[in-house]
Amino acid sequence: MNAAAPIVSAKALTKRFAETAAVDGLSFTVNRGEIFGLVGPDGAGKTTTMRMLAGVLPPDTGSIVVDGIDVVSKPEEGKQHISYMPQRFGLYEDLTVDENIRFYADLFEVAAGVREERAQRLLTASGMSQFRSRLAGQLSGGMKQKLGLTCALVHTPKILLLDEPTTGVDPVSRRDFWRILYGLREQGVTILITTAYLDEAERCNRLALLHAGRILYCDTPVALKQRMPGALLVISSPAGRKVRAAIVGQAGVSNVILVGDGVHVVVDDPHTCIPELGDALQRAGVPFTGIVAGEPSIEDVFVSLLENTGKTQ
Amino acid sequence: MKLRRLRAIAIKEILQIWRDPRSLMIALLLPFTQMFLLGYGVNLDLKHLPVCTFDREGSQLSQALLKHFQASQYFAIVRNVASYPQLVSAIDHATCGLAIVIPPDFSERLNETGTAPVQAILDGTDDNTANIAFGYAAAVVESYSADVQLNWLDRQGRQLQQIQPMSVQSRVWFNEDLESRNFIIPGLVAVIMALIGAQLTSLTISREWERGTMELLVSTPVRPIELMFGKLAPYLVLGWVDAAFCVGIATLWFGVPFQGTLLTLFLTTTLFLTVVLSLGYLLSVLIRSQVGASQIALLVTMMPTTLLSGYIFPIDQMPKFIRALTYLLYSRYFVTIIKAIFLKGSGISELMTPILFLIVYAVAVMCLAARALRKSLG
Repeated sequence: MNAAAPIVSAKALTKRFAETAAVDGLSFTVNRGEIFGLVGPDGAGKTTTMRMLAGVLPPDTGSIVVDGIDVVSKPEEGKQHISYMPQRFGLYEDLTVDENIRFYADLFEVAAGVREERAQRLLTASGMSQFRSRLAGQLSGGMKQKLGLTCALVHTPKILLLDEPTTGVDPVSRRDFWRILYGLREQGVTILITTAYLDEAERCNRLALLHAGRILYCDTPVALKQRMPGALLVISSPAGRKVRAAIVGQAGVSNVILVGDGVHVVVDDPHTCIPELGDALQRAGVPFTGIVAGEPSIEDVFVSLLENTGKTQ
Repeated sequence: MKLRRLRAIAIKEILQIWRDPRSLMIALLLPFTQMFLLGYGVNLDLKHLPVCTFDREGSQLSQALLKHFQASQYFAIVRNVASYPQLVSAIDHATCGLAIVIPPDFSERLNETGTAPVQAILDGTDDNTANIAFGYAAAVVESYSADVQLNWLDRQGRQLQQIQPMSVQSRVWFNEDLESRNFIIPGLVAVIMALIGAQLTSLTISREWERGTMELLVSTPVRPIELMFGKLAPYLVLGWVDAAFCVGIATLWFGVPFQGTLLTLFLTTTLFLTVVLSLGYLLSVLIRSQVGASQIALLVTMMPTTLLSGYIFPIDQMPKFIRALTYLLYSRYFVTIIKAIFLKGSGISELMTPILFLIVYAVAVMCLAARALRKSLG
């Protein structure tokens, strides 16, 4: 097999539920050994896409080839090489951590010695080795997800599909989680992840922005940031809402995003806009401590790209 | 089919059963309650049927006839009335199931013509009891008539050798005393097996759907057939335990004779359990809610098994159409088998026909269930 060829290739995927198209002509490829992120608002079709890739939901039309296997016509063959972690906790709450791991290891026919070694390593890495005999139902949200990941990794998948694995997970567990993912990438495992956290999206090699069942943009986080039309200004102010009210509709202002300590503004030309906006805020009597050009975060980029899509539609 | 995956499913299922003491208790206690409830409740024997008498003559002869009734174990005279309205009211209020009316000229007619009628009024709302009571009442009167006849001959100075040139000397095989309990209780074991078996497995797949564990399970390489056998195996063991309880209660508590061999019983029970467990499993696959699946399981096991399996109501006496339907009912074969093992001591060779039917049934249901489980969320 050609190592440079994409490991996942999805073409013109469509899935309709009743009258709505959850996924509408989706095409993308995932390269071997990368972390590929699917991001987008709720209902964009992320979970449906993941389920089709995992072979648990047949698409209406389109093709999916995973490592040379046609997952649409031969889903069972694909399942040998794919590990899928659904959004909803899918393990047995009335089984212990060890029993769950053993169950999945047996289903994938992992030798007992290998299973023990992997379980040990993965549970240690996620700080869970002392909870091995605890019932899964009594674990915290973060630990449940780490157990899910451990079960998904107890065999050697070529591709790991993670559907919002860190939703509802505390920051410490999230950090553990990502550390494990990076480790996997080094071992050559390809990871597809959906997330609602855009700071996590920046950790991916490439991102696809989904909206209403279509991919709007698909690129590296850096390239995506460059695609953002205009530039980003950061206005620091204790009264973000008032700032927004004062500058919305000003010439050259395309997007205003509220953040904790002020607002982020997407403008056409920062050089003319900085003084103009300063004047406008002073006229309105809104307190602010500074206006500077800023590096856009992925969140700024997506909100701005999504807004533009909304305008053109 | 990989044995390792099958075993993994079975172990998981055993752990889940073990950690859910409530459902385990139901599975183990249900046979006890059902056996005692139905074992005592269902009894077709007629004993001590309450009888009203209306003796319009009050002679020695008429009282002697009533004494015969009193002496019979089938009847108990509860009331002697003095008028027809009282008798009608007794029947209306169901204080008696049989009323005997002796005419005012009973002795006179008997002495003059050698024959006298006696009226029996039966409560026909329970036709089965009425039928049996009528038969016993006729027998009581007949035996009394024979006494009268003998007396009469005696007085004539004639020796009675043999009045009847021919008579039937009947002997009932397999259930000599015609104790209804002896044929109902083995059938009851079959009914309880059908009920519990299908209930247990009707929850297995629907529970995976409801708890959200199915999505992950279908994303693994597990095959539908491995899933099915892995899930059925632990319940088969539980079914064996239940069957042992039921047979134990039937023989040790109710004293039903057991003529067959335990091996025949074990093999046929295993076959029957396979049918009902896979039937419950099939329902669980088709209906994704636990409540729905267990309700339907109750409907397709309890009702037809009670009514159409021949456990109480004889299949031979059903209308042709219904009789044809019973051939589709798996439990009719096992009711036949288990009664024959208990009462006749039949072996596998005598039971080959119903056994073959059950095998066909088991294979068909398992094929359906294995096919019905699609490993997809669609």
